[in-house]
Amino acid sequence: MIPMEYYLIISMVMFFAGIYGFIARKNLLAILISLELILNSVEINFSVFNRYLYPEHLEGMFFSLFGIAVSAAETAVAIAIIINVYRIRQDIDVRHIDKMKN
Amino acid sequence: MEFTLLILIIPLFMFLFLALAGHKLKPGIAGVAGTVGMAVVTVLSYTAAYIYFFDTTTIDGIYQKITPLSVEWLRFTDRLHIDLGILLDPISVMMLVVITTVSLMVHLYSIGYMRGEKGFQRYYAFLSLFSFSMLGLVVATNIFQMYIFWELVGVSSYLLIGFYYTKPSAVTASKKAFIVTRFADLGFLVGILILSYYTGTFDFDLLTADKGSLVISSTAGVSFLGISAVTWAMTLIFMGGAGKSAMFPLHIWLPDAMEGPTPVSALIHAATMVVAGVYLVARLFPVYFFATPETLTLIAYTGAFTALFAAIIAITQTDIKRVLAFSTISQIAYMMVALGVSSFDGHDGLGYMASMFHLFTHAFFKALLFLGAGAVIHAVHSNEISEMGGLRKYMPVTSITFMIACLAISGIPPFSGFFSKDEILAATHHHDMALYIVLLVVAGLTAFYMFRLYFGIFHGKEREYHHTPHEAPWIMLVPLVFLAVLSCVTGLIPFSEFVSGDRKPFDSHIDWNIAIQGIIVAVTGIVFASLLYRKNSEKPAKIAAKFGILYTAAVKKFYLDEVWLFITKKMIFKYISTPIAWFDRYVIDGTMNLTGRSTEKLAWIIRDFQSGKVQSYAWIFIIGVMIITILALCL
Amino acid sequence: MGTTANMIVFYILGTLIIVSSVLAVTSKRMLRAATYLLFVLIGTAGLYLLLSYHFLMGVQLAVYAGGILVLFIFAILLTSAKGDKFEPRDKQKVLYGIIAALAGVTVTLFVTLKYKFLYPDNPTIAGDKEINMKEIGQALTGTEKYQYLLPFEILGVLLLACAIGGILIARKR
Repeated sequence: MIPMEYYLIISMVMFFAGIYGFIARKNLLAILISLELILNSVEINFSVFNRYLYPEHLEGMFFSLFGIAVSAAETAVAIAIIINVYRIRQDIDVRHIDKMKN
Repeated sequence: MEFTLLILIIPLFMFLFLALAGHKLKPGIAGVAGTVGMAVVTVLSYTAAYIYFFDTTTIDGIYQKITPLSVEWLRFTDRLHIDLGILLDPISVMMLVVITTVSLMVHLYSIGYMRGEKGFQRYYAFLSLFSFSMLGLVVATNIFQMYIFWELVGVSSYLLIGFYYTKPSAVTASKKAFIVTRFADLGFLVGILILSYYTGTFDFDLLTADKGSLVISSTAGVSFLGISAVTWAMTLIFMGGAGKSAMFPLHIWLPDAMEGPTPVSALIHAATMVVAGVYLVARLFPVYFFATPETLTLIAYTGAFTALFAAIIAITQTDIKRVLAFSTISQIAYMMVALGVSSFDGHDGLGYMASMFHLFTHAFFKALLFLGAGAVIHAVHSNEISEMGGLRKYMPVTSITFMIACLAISGIPPFSGFFSKDEILAATHHHDMALYIVLLVVAGLTAFYMFRLYFGIFHGKEREYHHTPHEAPWIMLVPLVFLAVLSCVTGLIPFSEFVSGDRKPFDSHIDWNIAIQGIIVAVTGIVFASLLYRKNSEKPAKIAAKFGILYTAAVKKFYLDEVWLFITKKMIFKYISTPIAWFDRYVIDGTMNLTGRSTEKLAWIIRDFQSGKVQSYAWIFIIGVMIITILALCL
Repeated sequence: MGTTANMIVFYILGTLIIVSSVLAVTSKRMLRAATYLLFVLIGTAGLYLLLSYHFLMGVQLAVYAGGILVLFIFAILLTSAKGDKFEPRDKQKVLYGIIAALAGVTVTLFVTLKYKFLYPDNPTIAGDKEINMKEIGQALTGTEKYQYLLPFEILGVLLLACAIGGILIARKR
């Protein structure tokens, strides 16, 4: 039997790798990849808690399921936006996207 | 008598109308409008005077005080409230007549004198404002209303002195007048507050009723620095009056005030505003007499000193308007002396009546002198006596009216000045011989310098004029003639039948003993003046040289301006104002600036929180979550 | 399945996931980053398998690895026309990222290890019980307690909206 904490540590590392990427990267797509990592680690956690702590229920699993669906939707829209930004600005550096600020 | 309210409202309306719409009117129309308004007010004042003196019942022969109007204006508490109203009694009615008459004459005269000046409409607006404030001052029912209008006349005086605001000397003079009188008014205000603190009222009626018993009883036993509270209060109030009436040592603003247009000098700085101080003392006379006779003595001696002092300076001045200004100071001081030596009732109240009488006659002949001087200045475009001479030929009407005024002010019968001056001398004679002698000397000096002026202007050698001097236009001559007639006849009014300390008419008669002394002195003065100045000669210069330092000092007005400058600049500014300014600049402002700058710095620091960059938001968010988690673990 | 084999598989997957996720966010080439993301997603699917969530594993592979990642690769290829360029680093940002990540790891690790989880009474069933597809289907289409018809439908609408929105945003004007 694998201890639950091992799973949690894996998802934790994934999560904070995502955090690092989110903060440090400049490419919008890289940031989106980091976001996927974060979401993915959260889904792992849901499933793990479901399996280890409440094995007779299925909420965690369904939550992961819905999470996957939502992240798919989000990615679709985000990529559409990024492509649109690229069309307008010819680059997708997050530092340059400040037109709406002023 | 409710119509007396119109006396105030019409000038106020004229002021608002001319100030707001004046620039759209033709100058002539604005002048005529102001004059017509003033004429209506004059008629109303005369009507009021007639009704008051001849058509109102008197009780035991005493003229009653009438209050046609009194409204509570600002109410703070039951005891503290400021009222506005109209009070009619002999002196206020008399003042109404004086002010409206002189004001009307000045309005009329100014149409000619100010023709073509820039800001003609503004001038008339200010004249109306002044008339309104002065009329409001004399009919005030309470001391606070008086103070309000007191300041208003100060403002309009300031505005009119500085009428030629492009001339630096006029600007300086207006500031000087305003600041000096303002300084005096500070004393006035403090005096009012002390007085009202103890008595609990501002009302003249209550303050002066029943021989000032309210003041005496409420301030009994209160003293400060060994001087009783009521003396403090009344002396400080007199300080306000001294400032407005140019008593020594607060007289320094009046000569400089001659920078204003000449008709303004006639109205404000000769006939009306400057006598406000005398009027104030007269208004509160019962309080002075019964509560603080020592202040009254102070008033008498201040007056006598000022009269002599100003007369001596007047002899040496060469600017005709300044001569007249010092003569005004001297004559007002005369009135002050008369009040100072007066008693309250009956024939002993002669001084009071004489003071008011002299105020009345002086207003007309001094206005006449100023307007005449204005006509001369109009003709030769200079104020200096040395640039005039022989004008009699060119300006016969002005010359004759000017001479009438000179005779009146010198106290030659049967002109008005003789009667009022005689009453003052008589009152002083009964009271204090020393003061009497001083006043007699002043009377001689007055005759001397007035005729020095007269001969200097109208006789003597003709000078080189830019163009041939011409008589003033008729619109300026009408006021001159009218005032000349008044200067002749007003002395014949049996003044004691109307005005007296206790408002009870009494019989006065000319004390020929004293009158003859006065006449002799005056004639001597005239003869001397005629000897020295009628023909051009070297004699005046030689005499001046003999007096040496004294003469120079008098020309320099005894260096009082310099003394004041020393006191203000070297002492007050340097040792009081500068540290205060330093404190204000570095401590008060410094605190404010520090607050402002630190806020700005903080803003620069926290500005990054609002960078609009999602990544920095995320970073802050993560760090925040970590901090909260750590805190939660620790607790 | 034996416990030891499970452990071995777990360690392999764990190492794969950890290494790949770190590489996914540090790689300078976007296409490589996307590839490392693919490894992470596949590893995650393996974890689901270890947890006996077979359906979830399938969805993970189909949606993430099959759908989203293809989108990513298309987007990367579309937005880096000038070749797979290096992205210059911003040192300050990297520093901030490292600080945030390390602080987070420290705190979370501490919490995870310190916290005593309440395990159910019979832990033996955990990890072994396979979930019936029928059960899942009923849970997704029922309206009873622990049944999820409504979220399912809403998710359908959301996906539709996203599809339309994505087309609308990205279409040529």
